[in-house]
Amino acid sequence: MLTQEEIHQIEHEISLVPHKKAACIEALKVVQQHRGWVSDEDLKATAAILDMTPDELDSVATFYNLIFRRPVGRHVILLCDSISCWVMGYEGLREHLMQKLSIKYGETTPDGRFTLLPNVCLGTCDCAPALMVGGDLYQNVSPEQLDEILSKYN
Amino acid sequence: MEKPLTQHIVPGRSPLSLKEYEKVGGYQSVRKVLKEMTPAEVQTLVKNSNLRGRGGAGFNTGLKWSFVPMGDNVPRPKYLVANADEMEPGTFKDRLLLEGNPHQLIEGMIVASYAIQADISYVFLRFAYKLAAQEITKAINEAYEAGYLGKNILGSGYSLEMHLHTGVGRYMCGEETALLNALEGKRANPRAKPPFPQVSGLYGKPTIVNNVETLCCLPHIVNNGAEWFKGLSRNKSEDAGTKLYGVSGKVNKPGCWELPMGVTVRELLEEYAGGMKNDYKFRGALPGGASTDFLVEEHLDVKMDYNSVAAVGSRMGTGTMIVLDDQTCPVGFVQNLQHFFAQESCGFCTPCREGLPWVEKVLSSIDSGTGKQADMNILDFHTKYLGPGNTFCALAPGAMEPLQSALKYFREDFERHIHEQRCPWRS
Amino acid sequence: MVTIFIDNVPYEVKPGKNLLEACLTLGMNLPYFCWHPAMGSVGACRQCAVKVFKDEADTKGKLTMSCMEPVRDGMRLSINEADAVEFRGHIIEWLMTNHPHDCAVCDEGGSCHLQDMTVMTGHNYRRYEYQKRTYRNQYLGPFLNHEMNRCIQCYRCVRYYKDYAGGHDLDVFAAHNHIYFGRSEDGVLESEFSGNLAEVCPTGVFTDKTLKQHYTRKWDLTMAPSVCQHCSVGCNITAGERYGTLRNILNRYNGEVNGYFLCDRGRFGYEFVNNPGRVRKALVRSQLPEAVNPVTAIQEAVAILRTGRVIGIGSPRASLESNYALRTLVGEENFHHGVADNDHDLADLALKILRDGPARTFSLKEVETADAVFILGEDLTNTAPMLALAVRQSVRQQPLQQVAAAKIPLWQDAAARELIQDQKGPLFIATFTDTKLDEVATATYHASPDTIARLGFAVAHYLSDNAPEMNDLTEDEQVLAQRIAMALRSAKKPMVISGCSSGSEAILKAAANVATALFEQNPATGISLTVPECNSMGLAMIGGHKLESAFEAVQNGYADTVIILENDLYRHACKTKVEEFLNTAKQVIVLDHTHHATTEKAAILLPAGAFSEADGTLVNHEGRAQRFYQVYPTPEDIQESWRWLTDLGTVMAHPQMINWHNIDDIKQAIAQELAQFKGIEGITPSANFRVAGQKIARESHRFSGRTAMFANQSVHEPKPPEDPDSPLSYTMEGFHGEAPAPVNPFFWYPGWNSAQSVNKYQEEVGGHLHHGDPGLRLIEPPKESIKHYFTVIPEHFQPIRNHLYMLPLYHIFGSEEQSTQAPAIAQRVPEPYVALSRADALELDKQEGQVLTFSIEGIVYQLQVRIDDNLTKGTAGLPKGLRGVPFAEMPAWAILNKEEPSWKNQPQIIS
Ligand SMILES: Cc1cc2nc3c(=O)[nH]c(=O)nc-3n(C[C@H](O)[C@H](O)[C@H](O)COP(=O)(O)O)c2cc1C
Ligand code: SF4
Ligand code: FES
Repeated sequence: MLTQEEIHQIEHEISLVPHKKAACIEALKVVQQHRGWVSDEDLKATAAILDMTPDELDSVATFYNLIFRRPVGRHVILLCDSISCWVMGYEGLREHLMQKLSIKYGETTPDGRFTLLPNVCLGTCDCAPALMVGGDLYQNVSPEQLDEILSKYN
Repeated sequence: MEKPLTQHIVPGRSPLSLKEYEKVGGYQSVRKVLKEMTPAEVQTLVKNSNLRGRGGAGFNTGLKWSFVPMGDNVPRPKYLVANADEMEPGTFKDRLLLEGNPHQLIEGMIVASYAIQADISYVFLRFAYKLAAQEITKAINEAYEAGYLGKNILGSGYSLEMHLHTGVGRYMCGEETALLNALEGKRANPRAKPPFPQVSGLYGKPTIVNNVETLCCLPHIVNNGAEWFKGLSRNKSEDAGTKLYGVSGKVNKPGCWELPMGVTVRELLEEYAGGMKNDYKFRGALPGGASTDFLVEEHLDVKMDYNSVAAVGSRMGTGTMIVLDDQTCPVGFVQNLQHFFAQESCGFCTPCREGLPWVEKVLSSIDSGTGKQADMNILDFHTKYLGPGNTFCALAPGAMEPLQSALKYFREDFERHIHEQRCPWRS
Repeated sequence: MVTIFIDNVPYEVKPGKNLLEACLTLGMNLPYFCWHPAMGSVGACRQCAVKVFKDEADTKGKLTMSCMEPVRDGMRLSINEADAVEFRGHIIEWLMTNHPHDCAVCDEGGSCHLQDMTVMTGHNYRRYEYQKRTYRNQYLGPFLNHEMNRCIQCYRCVRYYKDYAGGHDLDVFAAHNHIYFGRSEDGVLESEFSGNLAEVCPTGVFTDKTLKQHYTRKWDLTMAPSVCQHCSVGCNITAGERYGTLRNILNRYNGEVNGYFLCDRGRFGYEFVNNPGRVRKALVRSQLPEAVNPVTAIQEAVAILRTGRVIGIGSPRASLESNYALRTLVGEENFHHGVADNDHDLADLALKILRDGPARTFSLKEVETADAVFILGEDLTNTAPMLALAVRQSVRQQPLQQVAAAKIPLWQDAAARELIQDQKGPLFIATFTDTKLDEVATATYHASPDTIARLGFAVAHYLSDNAPEMNDLTEDEQVLAQRIAMALRSAKKPMVISGCSSGSEAILKAAANVATALFEQNPATGISLTVPECNSMGLAMIGGHKLESAFEAVQNGYADTVIILENDLYRHACKTKVEEFLNTAKQVIVLDHTHHATTEKAAILLPAGAFSEADGTLVNHEGRAQRFYQVYPTPEDIQESWRWLTDLGTVMAHPQMINWHNIDDIKQAIAQELAQFKGIEGITPSANFRVAGQKIARESHRFSGRTAMFANQSVHEPKPPEDPDSPLSYTMEGFHGEAPAPVNPFFWYPGWNSAQSVNKYQEEVGGHLHHGDPGLRLIEPPKESIKHYFTVIPEHFQPIRNHLYMLPLYHIFGSEEQSTQAPAIAQRVPEPYVALSRADALELDKQEGQVLTFSIEGIVYQLQVRIDDNLTKGTAGLPKGLRGVPFAEMPAWAILNKEEPSWKNQPQIIS
């Protein structure tokens, strides 16, 4: 069941486009914003508002890597694994994160705090390596700084 | 040295508000085109300025606009889209403009929209640019309030809507036709060309997609004229204006700077990026993002403009350079790139969807010391056949550029991996 | 025509096409995957690459996808150039990197487009040596298997299913080399046309699940050209047999009828032939044991016929030949058509409308290209499914004009769809309740039959003042009628679709008026009328007395003996009447292939051949006579009804029948006696026809096991059975090349083992078959026809207290008699129900699922309620022909019975 607020926001997005379906990515974003991810049930409810079938909506949802169709932790860590960060040694960050959190890419810590995902170039290559935690960007990160960064997120 | 695009950008400081921006001459170009120029005149002006698209392909912007059907009996609404998807690895130039001076972009978008008589415009912004999203939202609201957007702008009779769309991932969304699919709420597969978006674009209507940097040049061209714009460039030639250049990798001062079009690779590297870090030597660089061919030592004096870089077998691309140093394995370097491209393939056409993962696996295998001589043939045939026109869009051909040039310039390094069955940089 | 140079040889080709189509039409072998003639080009697979050269001097050229490149005059290209050849090989190499290489256990093996293309490109050496990606498969319902690992991501399935057939529950998921084609979760595919995926998919991802139950490779099938028996459209099919059971149905391309596709009822309904309830032996109920040999059965039957006063009852699902043989045997004056009188009157009326014109009846192909459609009273998806699929294409016609105006070739499928987005051309649907086609309609109108008819009459009058005027229209009706009239008038090729399923004469007449009024303005106007069963039109053309009069004849002693041809009378008249009739008649002889309530009453039951065991001719709804061929020698004592009847006639020394030796003789007789069938003797080559002195083989030259397959029964190789009725041989002996289209048993061509081989049989890809599509249209309106209008306009519908006006509702799976006996189809048949409007449900205090008791003509029904938001108050819907729902002639007033205290809350039928 979507909340009134979610439905309201989705309907607002629909009002901005020529036909309902065109708002589907916005609608998925709305749901994800409220819930962190898009469950099968939420997907169906969202599809119904858009006059789409779940199949049609899921086809779009699964194309994009930042629509989460599986539960994620409270904070999603997007670690840049593209070229400049690679050159600047992002692998050190990766190893540190995996060890510290005891998870691999795509996994969530048992306490539901963090999900670790690799991400393409974050567009801050002059400050590589970089990562984002829950929407906050961190630049020129060294493995030593990671613990402090993580401690900000509960 | 004139830096029209970045003159009002101070890193670390919030961008100019509309009031402040107006005080330094902001939105003058909008007043000018609406009051004094016909759309055709704006198109001609921009065509004559030799502004070439900063999204990577370098197509003459005014010429691109001229394919949009004009007049009363044309399909409506028409659209203008600012491509702010910037996801090409190694590229970080549009971020500067987006976070630093969003009003400049909006102003440029209004000029472009007026020139093609667009009714609706979008900023297509990538997910990761959170700060930019805030600033642009604020700026669009201010512009609406001040009457630069909306119905009957400044009493001219011209109306324009503007919206911000933030993406949900996928490098493909930067490809202009895939971007249109994404805006329509579809999977971001590219579309066949022809028909070009100018004729059948967003929702099947005439559409122009321009890069952020391209659009940001427009107010200045309108205000100062075509000749002035051409004069900004080092060449004073076909490739006009200034350009945002960047350098990343093991250099002393990685960063992004607005410089006259046509500075040399060496200048960028040594003067602006402060040279290689201690103990590191330059081996090569991708001049303009992940989908350009390596330049090496012998190219250090090549001018960074579209034609000069093309003349030595690479592409200027986005103008943001990624440096390969002597302590970094070139095989690992291209492996990382191919991993990116394989993952970001939309999956529509066969060569890209199936070829790139194969290439990635071969490179991993070589890199980890299990490569075979025959693997080189596999890499070679991919570079030969994943070319433009053979795949559906430019993603896979872009992926082949660093690979084919690496095979050309660093072939011994590949061979060494295979012969020694190890990565010489690792152990 | 323009000239193009392929490998330096000039060819004349049609402009406007793409290079791939041009090359295939020229008969060249150029591999492809994502392109499909019915769906155009998208350029996804990159398999069709050729080298295109700028001019004669250009030696480098450019690799170009031939499916995406328009033909231009003087253009030069090469198929054989080294780069092009190598690139096409690499495409297969790439596609095979993750393919499971499981041909040996794959249902597609031997008729696989991927196999064919792999051989064609010459790729055969595997270099990829990493792990393959694997997928989980899904349950998709009783019709299709799913094996995603075989997928080559050509996108054809979703393009067919979504874009072409309008489905919503199959899609593509994820990205890069993880893309997945399926549903968002396991479940039955909803589209009525899902089975086509088995042919559209170039490899073994989607395969026929019913075939899997008795799997046989294409090369091991005995096959014959046939015609679908499950509705009046008459799609062309190829039926395949092995070991005496029917194994599968494949589409048989016909450029004017079904094109490349079939509906699921047609594809999966065939298994009624393999049903354990089949009649396999002649039964004489007075003997013990009842099962007798044919000679005894004939003797017994003849004895009865000699002494009795005989009438015959024909069948809308039996062939022309069988109906005609019965009519000849009993005499014209004693031949009754065997369908409910209303059905017969409607079919007669439909025939008259089509004959009188002035509007022509459209073939399915023409329906696809109509640019404005008005449907009155037909739920096409459930009554004539392939007609519905054709209408889905028609709504693209007007928007496609913009595509042409933008100079985008229509075969540029993705580009065309981008440009037109969700725009649809005019389609107006007036039906009792909502239908699946509503989603593509411009406007829909849900009303009672008379009100629908009134809308039609109103539209006709807006179109032409010659059509009768109406004066008591409501304002809504006026607005809608005007809107429809305007849309039809401004179309280039408008059409009207109606038919008999509504049970309403007024609707048919209104449809005829619209067509006539439209024709006055635009002679390109077309009409299509559906009729109930596969040969209803043929039966109507033969004529015959009413079923009611057959009942009377027995009642009043005019007759005492009845021969019933392939007909379960309980499906055409109410139970009490049929019972009385069959009990009163002294002798009942029934010919049929399957046991049912009527065969129970037979004194003598003769085992008739089902369509796959019989030769015959059917006339489809447009009046097209089409021949179906026996697929395999009839098991045991089964033979065609017309053969049984001819045997009877011969023993009785019937002056005409004594001269009938094979089907050609009967067809000759039909054509001679009945002018309306002139020409049917020539629609297929006669039984004497030979190619180079040979019969045409029903089996491929690779047919295996011929001496071994029955070795458990006998080690002697029996003499091959003979077929007196056709130029086809039952074995692999005979001609294997391209036979004339009407007798072509299967599409197969060197290098082309899959369904795509049909390219080799067409004049141009997607066009007509060589020398014309099979079948003959028997109905063409006269050139100078009088513009006749029906003038009696019904009144507005008025509900009656304590009554419901019961309307027939149809189910693609369930309403048709034979297909429901196929296990796969049976799984999709709904439970019996009665549909109530919400208003009536409220008034009757009924919730969904509760039981409603009512009676029609004395028959009491107790059915679970389904609430239907689109039915008009005062009307209700009863599923027609559904098992558990006894026959009622509809529309009819049902009386609401006083409720018994509800001690039963489960569906229960008292009748
Ligand atoms: C795979 C792919 C990704 C692209 N990504 C971007 C991008 O992020 N930003 C951009 O401006 N152009 C991108 N482009 C180029 C656009 O397709 C298009 O050419 C550009 O937006 C046109 O703007 P311009 O004429 O101003 O350069 C991409 C192209 C490809 C093939
Ligand atoms: S080259 Fe093909 S698969 Fe790759 S991104 Fe472009 S269209 Fe998609
Ligand atoms: S058939 Fe031409 S690209 Fe697929």
